[in-house]
Amino acid sequence: MKLTELVVEDAVIADLQATQRDDVIEELVAALIDAGAAPAELKPALISEILKREKNGSTGFGKGVAVPHVKHPDLPKLAAAVGVSRAGVDFNALDKQPVYSIFLLLSPKDQPDEHLQAMEGIFSNLQKDRFRSFLRQSQTREDILELLGEADAKQI
Amino acid sequence: MPQASVDVTIINRLGLHARPAMSVVDVAATFSSDVKISNGTQTVDAKSIMQIMMLAATQGTALQIHADGPDAEQAVAALKDLVDRKFDDPE
Repeated sequence: MKLTELVVEDAVIADLQATQRDDVIEELVAALIDAGAAPAELKPALISEILKREKNGSTGFGKGVAVPHVKHPDLPKLAAAVGVSRAGVDFNALDKQPVYSIFLLLSPKDQPDEHLQAMEGIFSNLQKDRFRSFLRQSQTREDILELLGEADAKQI
Repeated sequence: MPQASVDVTIINRLGLHARPAMSVVDVAATFSSDVKISNGTQTVDAKSIMQIMMLAATQGTALQIHADGPDAEQAVAALKDLVDRKFDDPE
């Protein structure tokens, strides 16, 4: 699945204000809601489900990236936010290193195949050293959107 | 060096999502053999969760597990068992 189809432009944050995991998750969920990608009344439920998932096992899979996610029956469609942290965030990552790039994914509950295709789109890019390094160096939302477009065009 | 391979099919409804992928890594990491998983187009390291997520292995996906090393037979048997147990995933 293409990143530009999945990532909501207005939910791309090049300089996350939050520095703690729980606050970063709230900042990204709020951005998706403000962008109209999820109903506002779901905000507390989405945040608590994402945190529950993190506590069961961190989605900080190493290499400075984390992919917190949730499946919820009342979500209209797949949507992802992207956040870059300058300071680094403690996500209790598998390699115990700080996280600098976060893809937060919201998936409708009844679409497990689409959820996996979205994850494939995210991880096939996060696997690439150049993609991670360019993402972390991005200064603006426009930089990140350009990077996502290049990734979709397999130019990274 | 011993080698072993087995074909499996993902039978759980939610497919090989993050939690089962972590179980695969946990099991694979208990063996010293090099373990790979292929979906026919991509072959990935079974000890890397990020690589496993690249398989997008939905319900019904056929995968081949291949191990290369002293405990290759045991590794593929343990991973086949995990897939057949639907990764002990509550859903």
